[in-house]
Amino acid sequence: MALWYLTRGTGAAALVLLTLSLTLGVVNVQRYASRLVPRFAVDGWHRTTSLLVCVLLAVHVGTTVLDGYAPIRLVDAFVPFGGTYRPVWLGLGALALDLLIALIVTSLLRARLGLRAWRAVHWLAYACWPVALVHGLGTGSDVRPGWLTWLSLGCTAVVIVAVGVRLADRGTAIRVRAGAAATVAAGVIALAIWLPSGPLAGGWAAKAGTPPSILGAKAATTARSHR
Amino acid sequence: MTRRPTAPPGEELVLDPIACTGHGLCAELLPERIVLDDWGYPMIDPQVPASLREHALRAVKACPALALALRQARAG
Ligand code: HEM
Ligand code: SF4
Repeated sequence: MALWYLTRGTGAAALVLLTLSLTLGVVNVQRYASRLVPRFAVDGWHRTTSLLVCVLLAVHVGTTVLDGYAPIRLVDAFVPFGGTYRPVWLGLGALALDLLIALIVTSLLRARLGLRAWRAVHWLAYACWPVALVHGLGTGSDVRPGWLTWLSLGCTAVVIVAVGVRLADRGTAIRVRAGAAATVAAGVIALAIWLPSGPLAGGWAAKAGTPPSILGAKAATTARSHR
Repeated sequence: MTRRPTAPPGEELVLDPIACTGHGLCAELLPERIVLDDWGYPMIDPQVPASLREHALRAVKACPALALALRQARAG
């Protein structure tokens, strides 16, 4: 069980750092610079936070699999939707991880890939983040209105601002702006409907697809997980 | 700092002015060889001695437009 707590801690930290990485990516592309914060610093932090996310996720996945409490195999961390434990929500985590790996690998090979190919893949950053968010909310044990929910909502606010800044960029085509703004709005509405009726409502663990064997064990130890 | 007058031809910086988007990242990282003109585009002194090689490589890697390259200087 101790490992399971590490899973949750690294998962939350990874979401925060992924948020930071995305925000720094936007700041980078907006060419922000000042005397205190030169451009190469923003560029460097963007790279460093992205690599840190990878380290955190290695621990996140490693502890999940090793813990053995839930029936989650190593392949389930990479191949989406094939598992038996909360398949949809865990699958989104695998999908986010795959997207992240694509982002990192192409970025490390950027000089060899050329700008166009790298750029095309790097747009996936904006898909990776929401997938990771929903994974966290959907798999987090007892999300309830607890700190994980608030943390997730805080990160969501930061990303919305970052995307807003990116869309305000003069170089962004009107059609792209409208499409992206509509997508963000739809996402926020979907989240506002799904959260209260899903993870924050009672009985989510069962609805989310937690195997009955664990649910039984959980009922016995449920006092532990509540403050 | 001693300078050898007869240093072998080292490496040189090459700029692709069409790809360059004038971020000026390179000038922050290699002020010894790159300064920005009034429009924010780099003006380059291409010769990179061994002592500057590491900084030059950082500038090349950081360029968002991949417009900067380091290559072996042609002798003579
Ligand atoms: C080691 C890995 C990475 C490297 C080397 C890297 C590098 C870069 C570079 C060079 C830029 C363009 C800056 C500019 O044009 O001025 C950028 C933009 C960006 N990056 Fe990354 N990146 C990495 C990983 C990630 C990850 C994991 C994310 C996911 C959150 C991400 C999100 C972004 C975003 C959102 C932008 C702005 C894209 C745009 O709207 O044009 N990056 N990155
Ligand atoms: S970093 Fe690259 S794009 Fe920016 S000014 Fe230097 S060469 Fe041009």
